[in-house]
Parts: sequence; C-alpha cells; structure tokens
Amino acid sequence: MEASEQHIQYIIRLADDALIQGQRLSEWCGHGPILEEDIALANLALDHIGQARALYTHAAKLEGKGRTEDDLAYFRDEVEFRNHLILELPIGDFGFTIMRQLLYSVFALERMKSLASQEVDTNLAAIASKAIKELRYHAEHAKDWVIRLGDGTEESHKRMQGSLDKLWPYTGEMFVPVADDLWSTETGLCSPLNSIKAAWADSLAQTFHEATLTMPDLDGWMHQGGKSGNHTEHLGYLLAEMQSLARKHPGVTW
Amino acid sequence: MNNNKNWPLWEVFVRSRQGLGHRHVGSLHAPDAEMAIQNARDVYTRRQEGVSIWVLPAAAITASSPLDKDCMFEPANDKVYRHPTFYDLPDEVKNM
Repeated sequence: MEASEQHIQYIIRLADDALIQGQRLSEWCGHGPILEEDIALANLALDHIGQARALYTHAAKLEGKGRTEDDLAYFRDEVEFRNHLILELPIGDFGFTIMRQLLYSVFALERMKSLASQEVDTNLAAIASKAIKELRYHAEHAKDWVIRLGDGTEESHKRMQGSLDKLWPYTGEMFVPVADDLWSTETGLCSPLNSIKAAWADSLAQTFHEATLTMPDLDGWMHQGGKSGNHTEHLGYLLAEMQSLARKHPGVTW
Repeated sequence: MNNNKNWPLWEVFVRSRQGLGHRHVGSLHAPDAEMAIQNARDVYTRRQEGVSIWVLPAAAITASSPLDKDCMFEPANDKVYRHPTFYDLPDEVKNM
C-alpha cells in the first residue's frame, strides 16, 4: 500500500496520544494512593505504551524510510509531537489523573471503535481492535472512580468538580478537525469528529449525573494547538525526562 | 475493619481455566465489591492467570480455630480405609 504523508502523520499522532498518556500515567508508579491502585495505574500506562509501540511501528513501516518506533518516540522534538494538550498536563492529584483518564478514555475508545471498523488500513484496524478491549476497561475503571469520588465526601466531590472544571477547556481540541482529521474522514478511515463528540458527550453526561458532578458547557472557550505541534510548557519537561536516556546512549539496550 | 479509614479486605478467587474450580489466590483492599473485582483483575490476572474472578469480604469467612486442630483433624489419621486405596483402578481412569 502506497501511504500518503497525511496517512503516516495521522497514525503518528494516534501514537503520540498513547505515548504521552502512558508516560504521564507511569509517573504514578510507586506513588499510587494504595498498592492496588498503584498496580492498576501502571497496567493502564503499559497498555498505552503498548498501543504507542504498535502504532509507531506501523507508521514507520508505511513511511518506509527505515525509521523505528524508538526513532519516533525518542528522537523527535516537542514541535513534532502532536498529542492533545490535555494529555501533557501534569498528573495533579489522583482525582485529576482519574478525571483526565475518563475524559480521554471515552474519546479514545470511540475513535478506536471507528478505526477498527474500516478497511482502508487493515493493519490499523487490527491494532484498534486490540486497543478497544484495553480502552473499554480504562473507561470503566475511570468511570467507577469518578462516580465514587464525585458522589463521595464533601472534599472528594469538591476536588473532582475542580479537576473537571480545570480539564474541561482542554477537551474541545479533540473535536476540532486538523488537516489529517479531515483526510481521515474523506478516506473513510475515521468517522467525523462531531459524531464521536456526540457519543462522548452522552457517555460523560450519564457518568457525571451519577457522580453528582456538573458537566461544563460543551460550547465554552477551548484551548487548541497540541494537534498542530503548539504545546504547553509541560511537554518539554516530559520529553526531556522520557528521551534523555535514549539520546545520551543511542541504541542502548539492557 | 471497624476502622472507617481503612478499606475492607477482600479474598480473591480466580478460575484459571474453564472446567476448573476457583482457587484462592490472595487478598486485597477495596472500597466495595465492584472495585475489588477491578483491583483483583489488575493485581492477580495481569499475566493471563484467569478467566473468572470471585471476591468475597474477608469478614464473611468463618475459620476453624488452630487450637481445635487435634480434635478436628487428628481422628482421621488412623482411618486409612477412608482412602480409596483398596480398589484396583482401571487404567482409563485418569484423575482419582
């Protein structure tokens, strides 16, 4: 299959989302609120890193320039990463991490469902089918926590509503198409983002109702830029930590 | 368990394959049964150990007392006839 530049960029962007989300979640390793949740978060992180690896490898193969998954993960700079801004924000407290996990997992699940059901890129469909099973669990895990903490104590409710209000302006970016989103819709690779938005909003509204949380305005002002490579100050620090070893010792194995 | 600040303890049972029984694999803390299942999934089945999980509150278990060991179990020691060792088993019988 002769792959267009947009096709390759689209898949790299999917991988960037998974990698940055995985890296952030992995920061909880050894710091979870309880042992059981520590293991759970590390599992979620590994799921994302596994998805990123499969996607980078696929993109590198389509590109055919001999780059590897490691080249794409460790030897690209900030402006070349095109993950959603919401994923690069620091982890905050457990409530913040779990709220982001919910907002993103529900979106990622809907997107992967669409990518699993197309025949334009069958390798991608296979990667997506596997990811769906993981993301369904991620969404369920996050939802259960958001309900318990939202509808928990006065303090937990306050923190969850606070996290939701802080994260909300970063959700709009998911549904504003950039060039390769439009390309993906035209070619039949992925459903239009506004149909994904409808499913996403429905699912969240139900969860927030159970969690006694107030869902902010869907049409409020939203941050943008991650999908075009314009990032918050936080991504640079994340990449520095994540890439330093590979850059200092290129090709290192252990 | 009476302490409000600590989550209750749950005993976890995992069935490793269809057709086998659930086996006790350990315990964990969780705020409620649903979360206990999720935690059990993450703690005890991450290396493909299972196809089904049970959790039950550790507080619901009634255990025999170690002090009663003598009267509970020792009387069985000299009753070898309770073992099916006096029968010739046909070769076709694999598990007995």
